[in-house]
Amino acid sequence: MNNMMMQLLGWVDARFPLSKMWKEHLSEYYAPKNFNFWYFFGSLALLVLVIQIVTGIFLTMSYKPDAGMAFGSVEYIMRDVDWGWLIRYAHSTGASAFFAVVYLHMFRGLMYGSYKPPRELLWIFGCLIYLALMAEAFLGYLLPWGQMSYWGAQVIVNLFSAVPFVGEELSIWIRGDYVISDVTLNRFFAFHVIAVPLVLLGLVVAHIIALHEVGSNNPDGVEIKKTKGPDGKPLDGIPFHPYYTVKDIVGVVGFLIVFCAILFFAPEMGGYFIEHPNFEPANSMKTPPHIAPVWYFTPFYAMLRAVPSIAGSAFPGVVVMGAAVVILFFLPWLDRSPVKSIRYRGLCFKLLLALFVLDFILLGYLGMQPSTALLTMIAQIGTIYYFVFFFALAIIPKFEKTKPVPERVTG
Amino acid sequence: MKKLIVACVFAVLPVLGMAAGGGVHLEKANIDLRDNASLQRGAKLFVNYCLSCHSAAYQRYNRMGRDIGLSDEQVKEHLMLASDKLGETMTIAMPTADAKKWFGNPPPDLSVIARARGVDWLYTYFKTFYIDESRPFGVNNKVFPDVGMPHVLWELEGMKKAVTRTDTDAEGNEHTVITGYEMVKPGSMNEAEYDQAARDLTAFLAYTGEPIQLKRQQIGVYVLIFLLFFFVVAYLLKKEYWKDVH
Repeated sequence: MNNMMMQLLGWVDARFPLSKMWKEHLSEYYAPKNFNFWYFFGSLALLVLVIQIVTGIFLTMSYKPDAGMAFGSVEYIMRDVDWGWLIRYAHSTGASAFFAVVYLHMFRGLMYGSYKPPRELLWIFGCLIYLALMAEAFLGYLLPWGQMSYWGAQVIVNLFSAVPFVGEELSIWIRGDYVISDVTLNRFFAFHVIAVPLVLLGLVVAHIIALHEVGSNNPDGVEIKKTKGPDGKPLDGIPFHPYYTVKDIVGVVGFLIVFCAILFFAPEMGGYFIEHPNFEPANSMKTPPHIAPVWYFTPFYAMLRAVPSIAGSAFPGVVVMGAAVVILFFLPWLDRSPVKSIRYRGLCFKLLLALFVLDFILLGYLGMQPSTALLTMIAQIGTIYYFVFFFALAIIPKFEKTKPVPERVTG
Repeated sequence: MKKLIVACVFAVLPVLGMAAGGGVHLEKANIDLRDNASLQRGAKLFVNYCLSCHSAAYQRYNRMGRDIGLSDEQVKEHLMLASDKLGETMTIAMPTADAKKWFGNPPPDLSVIARARGVDWLYTYFKTFYIDESRPFGVNNKVFPDVGMPHVLWELEGMKKAVTRTDTDAEGNEHTVITGYEMVKPGSMNEAEYDQAARDLTAFLAYTGEPIQLKRQQIGVYVLIFLLFFFVVAYLLKKEYWKDVH
């Protein structure tokens, strides 16, 4: 039996690099042995992607992308489709989980300097994934066709109309109509289930290939490839499989405990994961008193609202919001410090980063609140700091007192 | 073209007469979804008083019966005034166009109203109708100002008058604040009985908002027990494999 399996494998290997790929990416991919808690979130992002794709396929079987039927079809899934509620909640919880995991993954990158040479392209692929994810989430949020779906989409698509000269035409071109309508719903559906997921999958593959080419960073920011043993293998590296596969199972189960606790006991998450007004069908004649995006977009929404409009045009706010995402792409060249990990950087960097995290959370909170003069002022300060952080990274290495980076990882 | 633009502008303007509910104190509904008797009383109130104008178009009769502890025969006999097919959903006969003419806005479907408004809002809403002759149906509501519907439960609760106080805020604007109510024409229930009826109806609407919710939590307990057990196993497996990593 075993012999037959080996023969089959040999047959395949002569025609497709199966064993070679297994070795390159798993059994002989050497990862640093000192990964900590923060290194779970990459594999978890992959897990959530799979959850979203699988649940998404099953949702598509019962969902109707039709302005007259969409809202009802979601309730049909929740009530009449066997286990439909489970699939739908897994998908809605998965959307928020995706962002939670990706934000933690990005924070890890900031902490340990994972965007620095030779990982610039790896970071850029990651930023593109984040961008595609935002598009995917925004498009998908229209599909339940509730009040917040509708008016959220209305607000965001209207942003395009702020573009000088071509804005009005541009927003009509995006909607396919003068308001968000059945036409918009159909095209958003197409983008949500086919176009963006294809892009996302391609980018994820590119992200992983780039990672395996340069090798993983680690909490010490030490390049393990520099110290190889007589067998040519990094002394501080261990094969990804089985060491990190068994370790990631622990991470996966830990994640699933949190994920399922939300899914089964608080799927609305108090209105943060599924907003209450979204249980009212979309009504183009009735604007909700307070329109707020879902939590993962609120930091950017706060920045959008914080920027005063010039000559009645909201375009400056749109530019600032866009710049807040675009600036991430330039991080590898903005941060001039040769030291990667926060462990060996100066106090100044630690404070800047801590403040940046608090600032992002603060902006996220402000983006959920109705704007008042005071809150707008706080949001303006928060927006300024968001950008100051990135440019400070270019300046502080000039006087930053870093600690000596060890030759080998510290455990 | 121009008309369309105007329509767009109007669509974006906040429409007056919306239920804001913000800032008004809500009473705790204290419902119990495991109390089948309460759900059954709520279902009865719902089909008798709500289901002539409001639908619950995603709620099936037989599913409701099963979930709140009634047999198909009992559902048919006591709760099916609008339909006679058990597998049907709780729809109404009133055409939307007529509803629009009579009420201004067609009465909304109530299948998921508890998830949109919250149970405390609903409970308070049922209890804060008061006489207001300036309104088409002679009543107004504290948490839903200028509501478009009559006080359908008045024969149970009775009709009450609002006791008000006038406050002047820092900017010198006067606000009328409702401080309490005075019964003008008693109904068939006393206050405690009506509170319970409002609670029962709220419980039924909370059930119909998500019929699976109790079972969902039940399954969740087993899922979490399994995962916690699996976590221990996964952790031990990891420890075993990592023994030789120093």
